[in-house]
Amino acid sequence: MARFNAVLVLIAVACALSAVTSTHRARKLFTELEREQNRMRELEVEWGQLQLEQSTWAAHARVEKIARERLGMKTPAPGQIVVVEGPK
Amino acid sequence: MKFVKFASSPVLSQPLPAWRTRLVLFALLAAFAALVGRSLYLQVFQNDFLRQKGESRYERTIEITATRGRIVDRHGDMLAVSTPVKSIWAIPEDARLTPHDARQLAQLLEMDVRELNAKLASDRDFVFVKRQLPPDVAEKVAALHLPGIHEQVEYRRFYPAGEVVAHMLGFTGVDDAGQEGVELALNGQLAGKPGSRRVIKDRRGEIVEDVESIHTPQDGKDVVLALDGKIQYLAYTSLKQAIVENRAKAGSIVVLDAKSGEVLALMNWPTYNPNNRTHLVGAQLRNRAFTDTFEPGSTMKPFTAALALEKGAYRFDTQIQTAPGRLSIGPATISDTHMNGLITVAQVIQKSSNVGISKIALSLPSAELWKMYDELGLGNPLHLGFPGEVGGRLRPYKSWRPIEQATMSFGHGLSVTLIQLARAYLAFARDGDLIPLSLERVDAPPLTGKPVYSAQTAHEVRTMLEMVVQPGGTAPKAQIPGYRVAGKTGTAHKVDGGIYVDKYVASFVGFAPASDPRLVVAVMIDEPSGKSYYGGDVAAPVFAQVMAGSLRTLGVPTDAPLKPLQVADAPAAKEEM
Repeated sequence: MARFNAVLVLIAVACALSAVTSTHRARKLFTELEREQNRMRELEVEWGQLQLEQSTWAAHARVEKIARERLGMKTPAPGQIVVVEGPK
Repeated sequence: MKFVKFASSPVLSQPLPAWRTRLVLFALLAAFAALVGRSLYLQVFQNDFLRQKGESRYERTIEITATRGRIVDRHGDMLAVSTPVKSIWAIPEDARLTPHDARQLAQLLEMDVRELNAKLASDRDFVFVKRQLPPDVAEKVAALHLPGIHEQVEYRRFYPAGEVVAHMLGFTGVDDAGQEGVELALNGQLAGKPGSRRVIKDRRGEIVEDVESIHTPQDGKDVVLALDGKIQYLAYTSLKQAIVENRAKAGSIVVLDAKSGEVLALMNWPTYNPNNRTHLVGAQLRNRAFTDTFEPGSTMKPFTAALALEKGAYRFDTQIQTAPGRLSIGPATISDTHMNGLITVAQVIQKSSNVGISKIALSLPSAELWKMYDELGLGNPLHLGFPGEVGGRLRPYKSWRPIEQATMSFGHGLSVTLIQLARAYLAFARDGDLIPLSLERVDAPPLTGKPVYSAQTAHEVRTMLEMVVQPGGTAPKAQIPGYRVAGKTGTAHKVDGGIYVDKYVASFVGFAPASDPRLVVAVMIDEPSGKSYYGGDVAAPVFAQVMAGSLRTLGVPTDAPLKPLQVADAPAAKEEM
């Protein structure tokens, strides 16, 4: 009887300890999740800023200025355009 | 040592007075009752309060910000985006800065030391020192570790296209809420709802457990506009150039997709840069295409002609006598400045004869004319949700005098906005039906709308409007190589204080390719004061430039031979006013 009780006590202690460790691990994982979610938000912000930067660089006014001034491009005159019929 | 058993202790054998036992018992019970009472008080009556106190030591409620939705054009190019910035605020009482610190802070914030000190000397509990700083500057401020100086995250809206798309988009205020344009019209969709949640934080301030989510944050939804960035830019450069060349006061241009009713471009001049609104004046803010009405002049003529064809009273080639170039109605006289003689209905439109169109208008019942104007959407706002949108003026037909019925046919005595006029022309660009306009991209356009004219009438009017841009018409400058163009000029005197003055509004509304119209472009130039003030000289070239570029951008197949145009030789017919 006494042996049986001792075994039960041991099991109870083991269960208690594993509950403690799993709670601890859950908290650690949760902190990690939090950190990753924060990172996600930061990256989203950065993405927005990069998009903003991209659209600033690709602004039509800037593209036109570079095309005309630096690359010397111009709109073709009507006589220079050939219309090619695509396959139907 | 001698042991005495407890039971046989001589002390016990002495008789004690009974009250002593009772006193001890009573004292013990009283102490016990006090304990029970105290624990009852703490655990039952004070439970909520104490629990709350305890939780407040480890639980925190954190705000979760929600971002405002982006606005993109039909191709997904960014037009408006919110990005976090930092605002620096202070508790003046705590902010005791040394002169050195104050100088350093003022330098970082690019403000005057005296201004900074004045703000910190305020007797309020909270002052904003500087709002909406770039994150890197805010970091440097935080690195100074000044007492009483704090920072908070705010969102700022950026508009990469700047003044090119200003009126369409509008802008948001410092608190990220829409104040103008699409930002206001679609604020409900764009605005996010901030949320909050309760968490448990550990000693190092890290979140270890989620307790509950109080409100889930909702980010604003993105808005995809019908706007085409390339066409908008084209409209911007062409309009700007025309305003400068003609020394005009203002102008607007609207580009519509005839198939879907989408607003592909909308430009007003003067405009402003929505990213920097410090020196803004009222004239720059006006979204003229929506909020300013004008007497449209001759651009109204095709509507009356169409109704005449529709009713069967006139045919395309019915002849009308416009000689001697004058028409008296009561005490008033309508006149043409050029002799046109006996001309057909089509030529009335081509030459823009006031006498001709007045004769047609007077032969039609006023109720029918009013019904048509109403069906075309004149006199009522389009209800696109734009702030300040107006409906123009269209008086009830019962109060029309004959002279008014005549002048309305050539666009005087009623007023419209440019967007209304552009939409009304959809009836000719389509098969006589009108569809609602849309600011947002339409993926499934309506096949047919509300009919105003029959398809045959629409086709006949289209042919007449093609004659306008051909030699002998009022707008050869509206021609585009490779495409058949149809449109109508307008040149109207402005009304100032109830009388017509020598100031003009030049306009052109047209569509192309005429064989299967894809785009409607409407141009309005206010008070041109250069060489010419005629719609055919001032507004038609803007139309041609924008239309040609837009058709090319959209890859619309050509429907005319691609040869250089020789139109400059033929003198343009001058329009009647």
